[in-house]
Amino acid sequence: MKIAIPVDEKTLESNVCASFGRAPYFLIYDTEAKESVFIDNSAAASTGGAGIKAAQTIVDNQVNALLTPRCGQNAAEVIKSADIEIFKTTAASVKDNIAAFTDGKLSLLDEIHAGFHGHGGN
Amino acid sequence: MRIAVLSGKGGTGKTLVSVNLAAVAGTSTYIDCDVEEPNGHLFFKPEGISGKEISVKIPKVDNELCNGCRRCVDFCNFNTLAYIKDKLIVFDDVCHSCGGCILVCPEKALTEKERVIGKVQKGFSGEVMVWTGIMNTGEAMGIPIIKKLLVKKQREANRPTFIDCPPGSACIVMESIKDADYCILVAEPTLFGVHNLNMVYELVKLFNRPFGVVLNKCLEEENPAEKFCLEKGIKILGRIPFDKELGTINSNAEIIINKSEKYRELFSSLLKTVAKEVQCHETTTDS
Repeated sequence: MKIAIPVDEKTLESNVCASFGRAPYFLIYDTEAKESVFIDNSAAASTGGAGIKAAQTIVDNQVNALLTPRCGQNAAEVIKSADIEIFKTTAASVKDNIAAFTDGKLSLLDEIHAGFHGHGGN
Repeated sequence: MRIAVLSGKGGTGKTLVSVNLAAVAGTSTYIDCDVEEPNGHLFFKPEGISGKEISVKIPKVDNELCNGCRRCVDFCNFNTLAYIKDKLIVFDDVCHSCGGCILVCPEKALTEKERVIGKVQKGFSGEVMVWTGIMNTGEAMGIPIIKKLLVKKQREANRPTFIDCPPGSACIVMESIKDADYCILVAEPTLFGVHNLNMVYELVKLFNRPFGVVLNKCLEEENPAEKFCLEKGIKILGRIPFDKELGTINSNAEIIINKSEKYRELFSSLLKTVAKEVQCHETTTDS
């Protein structure tokens, strides 16, 4: 199973990034092969709609699940349209969240925030 | 004569100044460009209101024609479009209406559709023609509404026009002042007030608009905004005191010049000063 996690640094020792749309990198992790690939988030510096573009990247990487502390409604719409499940991270460390996910201890993210559109950018 | 009234933040007195200048001018036009929360109408209570909806153009997709090339997805700076599971998704409220996606589509799968973002209303309060721009809740871009409010025919050549700008110095304010003959900057007597005054001061300089400052909420003690004006050589057009009577009348949504002779004189004198400044700048520009 392939999962995606927004991360602060390009290493498995990294913490989960607090933002989904504007995370600097995403970790794409294969839970069976235990392989990790780090990709740049081209949406991080977007003028607007970062969540949509970041979600497009996640979809294009054909993952089965997204692990994130939070997610805005536009991003969630894209992710859900692709039948990708969104789980809520529980710990700061990437490794702990992968372990929790593998053990089936993460629950689905049910709080989708309205986004921060138009705030801070103008 | 087209006068824009602006300030770096909300609550400094833009509406107080523009409403009272329009009221004291008699036959005039008042335009409320603070489309996120227009409040000039609360004072004028205009009658005979007519309105018009304002819409912008956004893309509409025909997924039968779309071949999934994603040129539109890559083109959009605001990431309005996503291509998921062989289907193009459009996020209407993110779109800035540039029309670029429609141009780059090789399959003509994208066409325009209208989306209503707000309205403009016109009414009369005695001799004052009152225009109000209203943006729908949740919308991010008020500029198309302001553009409609400020179209030239509404200037009515010989009527002095007072534009009540949105707060701050962002593009929505630039749109409101760009055709103004003169700008009035309203400032509060605090260090924070100076910071905000500086924002609009830099803006009007950038736009090369003639301007002056009205010092609002003046107390007996030292006024940092006044100090700023003196240091920068900025014309001080008038001073409004920090006054409980004024505050009470204003918070009852009454126009102060109609309730107090003292303030009628103050605004009438301010109007004369502004008119003189405008004339003076016109002469300088013409010669």
